[in-house]
Amino acid sequence: MTETSNTVAFTPERLAQVKEIIERYPAGKQKSALLPVLHVAQEQWGWVSSEVMDYVAGLLDILPVEVYEVATFYTMFHLDPVGKHVIEYCRTGPCCLMGGEDVYGHLKQKLGIEAGQTTTDGNFTLKEVECLAACGWGPVFQIREKYYMNLTNEKVDEIIEELSK
Amino acid sequence: MARKILTEHINVPGIETFEVYRKQGGYAAVEKALKTLTPDEVVEEAKKSGIRGRGGAGFPMGMKWGFLAKPEGIPRYLVCNADESEPGTFKDHHLMKCLPHLLIEGMIVSSYALGANKSFIYVRGELMYVIRILEKAIAEAKANGFLGKNILGTGYDLELVVQSGGGAYICGEETALLESLEGKRGNPRNKPPFPAVKGLYQSPTVVNNVESIANMPWVINNGGEAYSAIGIGRSTGTKLISASGHIQKPGVYEIELGLGVEEFLNSDEYCGGIRKGHHLKALVAGGSSVPILPAHLIMKTAAGEDRLMSYESLSDGGFATGTMMGSGGFIVFDETACIVRNTWNFSRFYHHESCGQCSPCREGTGWMEKVLHRIEHGHGSMHDIDLLVDISKKIEGNTICPLGDAAAWPVASAVRHFRDEFMWHITHPHEASQPGAVYQGEMALV
Repeated sequence: MTETSNTVAFTPERLAQVKEIIERYPAGKQKSALLPVLHVAQEQWGWVSSEVMDYVAGLLDILPVEVYEVATFYTMFHLDPVGKHVIEYCRTGPCCLMGGEDVYGHLKQKLGIEAGQTTTDGNFTLKEVECLAACGWGPVFQIREKYYMNLTNEKVDEIIEELSK
Repeated sequence: MARKILTEHINVPGIETFEVYRKQGGYAAVEKALKTLTPDEVVEEAKKSGIRGRGGAGFPMGMKWGFLAKPEGIPRYLVCNADESEPGTFKDHHLMKCLPHLLIEGMIVSSYALGANKSFIYVRGELMYVIRILEKAIAEAKANGFLGKNILGTGYDLELVVQSGGGAYICGEETALLESLEGKRGNPRNKPPFPAVKGLYQSPTVVNNVESIANMPWVINNGGEAYSAIGIGRSTGTKLISASGHIQKPGVYEIELGLGVEEFLNSDEYCGGIRKGHHLKALVAGGSSVPILPAHLIMKTAAGEDRLMSYESLSDGGFATGTMMGSGGFIVFDETACIVRNTWNFSRFYHHESCGQCSPCREGTGWMEKVLHRIEHGHGSMHDIDLLVDISKKIEGNTICPLGDAAAWPVASAVRHFRDEFMWHITHPHEASQPGAVYQGEMALV
């Protein structure tokens, strides 16, 4: 699991990226950078702690509460430590029509965890999400930026085994 | 093969690159618009095309552009809504991934028409890989002089910014999207003022769907009148349909509006029919929020006419016997699908996605989910069926934004057309709550 230290700071590369993001918006509208910057933060730390939120507030010159209310509204931000791979499994109708519920049952059994839990080795966190806009290729789950589509029990086994190496 | 406006070159290898896209005639609309047309003339072409917003509401795009306030000295913004999150809809995902330059070309001519010098593409955050594709394409367009300062020497400046969302369906509602783009929670705004007067940063703003904007290059190249000649009646042009569920060939298809529903469903050019050995039970024609229809109302209207893939034909009969075009999310259910379970699933979605501002939606979506859950799991009572209808009526029309309606319609329509399936769940609780159990009786007739 990724933990944040007391001194929270972006790597120099990410800090440069954040500055570039802030410059995209008109002067004084730097708050617009909040969601993109939270994504960069999650990329670095794996999750968004309150220390990270305070740090982001400082970078954007906004109040910490403005970051808290946003980070807690948008479901993509993990507010607790997560495993190395976060599996975001689509539970919405069209994926279910394609056998999504059965494949989900298999995945849970394979990992030995329920939604919201992390495997004891810290390798996988399972999260249920709503429609990922890939209904024609369901069942679907996402790990970071990658979509895994047309899932079957066999495919799930392969993916988990590959990522467990 | 049917006419293609958006996807003609989608299978050309390398079409996601500037070079190949340009070789296929890409960016000609930018040259034509910026060099030979005034912004108002571009707006006029959009009006003539008759194109209706492809995000779901179907409002005429040219008319929406015409509402944009133009006070002196205040910037105007174009924001592309790429927050595609309506269950059953994945066309914009497909379009942006395969044809990023088509959207960028559309953004340039549309921004020029509206007098915007900074425009945004708000993409749902889950599609980060698509955001990277768009950013790469924007850099290519800029390197080739189609974005940035003094585009093609015409004196027109435009910066395109791709914004990532954070996983919230509500941000597909245009004022919630603007709030989100300002770095806030996605709470829809009260209207008026409309975005055309006070939108992003309280400046005049137009919000358009990806597919709507992607039609503009063709409209500029061929003229709005030529566009309006395609399609049927007030349903002009083509439409991307996201086809999913129990069909042979799920995927994204571009159809000419006015195509028969039966042909779309059964032809090998499109869905290829219901999967082998099964038959059609129900259809959601326009994304999860539009009313579900039973098999007997899908191919034909209640009046016995062929049902067509058009705004008018799909809504023929109102909600009693019709549905809506919506976003074109075409979800097909065969006889193995349980309508109660699916309705519960959709209700859970809307409950999860309600922003919580309006109590009818915040509370009502939760109640509907709860009632549907108990019916599906064998604990329902007959009273629950009417309770669902009652809750849905109390949500519908009583909220700031249409999410409330979107949550109410699937429930109300499922009860309307499949009441006996709900009753069976209540009278046969043990049987109905078995995994995979589906009501096999006669479908309720309207």
